[in-house]
Amino acid sequence: MQGAPFLAFVQIIVYTGAVLMLFLFVIMLIGISSSDSVVETIKGQRAAAGLAAIGLFVILILGIGHAAIGPAARTTAANNVDNLTGLARLIFTTYVFPFEVTGALLITAAVGAMVLAHRERTTPKPTQRDLAARRLASGHLAPDPSPGVYALHDAADRPALLPDGSTSELSVSQTLAPRDPNAETPPVRPELPASATTEAES
Amino acid sequence: MSPIHYVALSVILFVIGGVGVLVRRNAIVVFMCIELMLNACNLAFVAFARMHGNLDGQVIAFFVMVVAAAEVVVGLATLMAIFRARRSASVDDANLLKY
Repeated sequence: MQGAPFLAFVQIIVYTGAVLMLFLFVIMLIGISSSDSVVETIKGQRAAAGLAAIGLFVILILGIGHAAIGPAARTTAANNVDNLTGLARLIFTTYVFPFEVTGALLITAAVGAMVLAHRERTTPKPTQRDLAARRLASGHLAPDPSPGVYALHDAADRPALLPDGSTSELSVSQTLAPRDPNAETPPVRPELPASATTEAES
Repeated sequence: MSPIHYVALSVILFVIGGVGVLVRRNAIVVFMCIELMLNACNLAFVAFARMHGNLDGQVIAFFVMVVAAAEVVVGLATLMAIFRARRSASVDDANLLKY
């Protein structure tokens, strides 16, 4: 096709392995609730953007239409051995200084990302003794009840039913609770599952 | 396919990325569109390298890929820092330096 097998594999490895994973992590941390707003902050910005895009497209297409872009050249001395050897020869001879600079750039980017994502701890980290004291002071020593997962709602954000029919707020994780404010409240008395009723009738 | 088809495809991808950068307000989507534009440039580089029969374009595309990876690392870390402070990933909300 394009005669660039090395770049094809590097593209796949770098983009699926690194960049898209990074995007997924950030989407996971930020959340999908941050939807795009449809309000135009600058008046007529979308129309102007569309016009600019059409203009850019026309200019670029006219440019490459005018340019004499010929057919693919025959294999020359640059890539007559194979693609990988030719690329390695170029990167480590002609482009060896840019190659070193990209190494420095990658180190700088990694350190910069660590600095930007670092959050200074303002309170001392609670020790095991502190955690035990907090649990004793909280009143209930046992772990929080597990969420109620029913046959109808196979989800962990449903609160558990208490013996008196009310629901236990403790059973839902605090990170899950605000996620779906419009969720229907679980029934106070869950209906018996179908198999149970048929068993009772028979 | 001759190189002109690849160059035309890269123009289309570049314009799509440009529209995304101009129109979308979500910073993550803006980053994805910048990646799309960089990859359109890569495609054009590789097509031109094939047209001229040498490998310099492929080396440049390789360097562009490295710089894109570094850019997305720092950009997404900045996005995380902004989201932590402002609770929003919209590019309109980061306007502290505006006035």
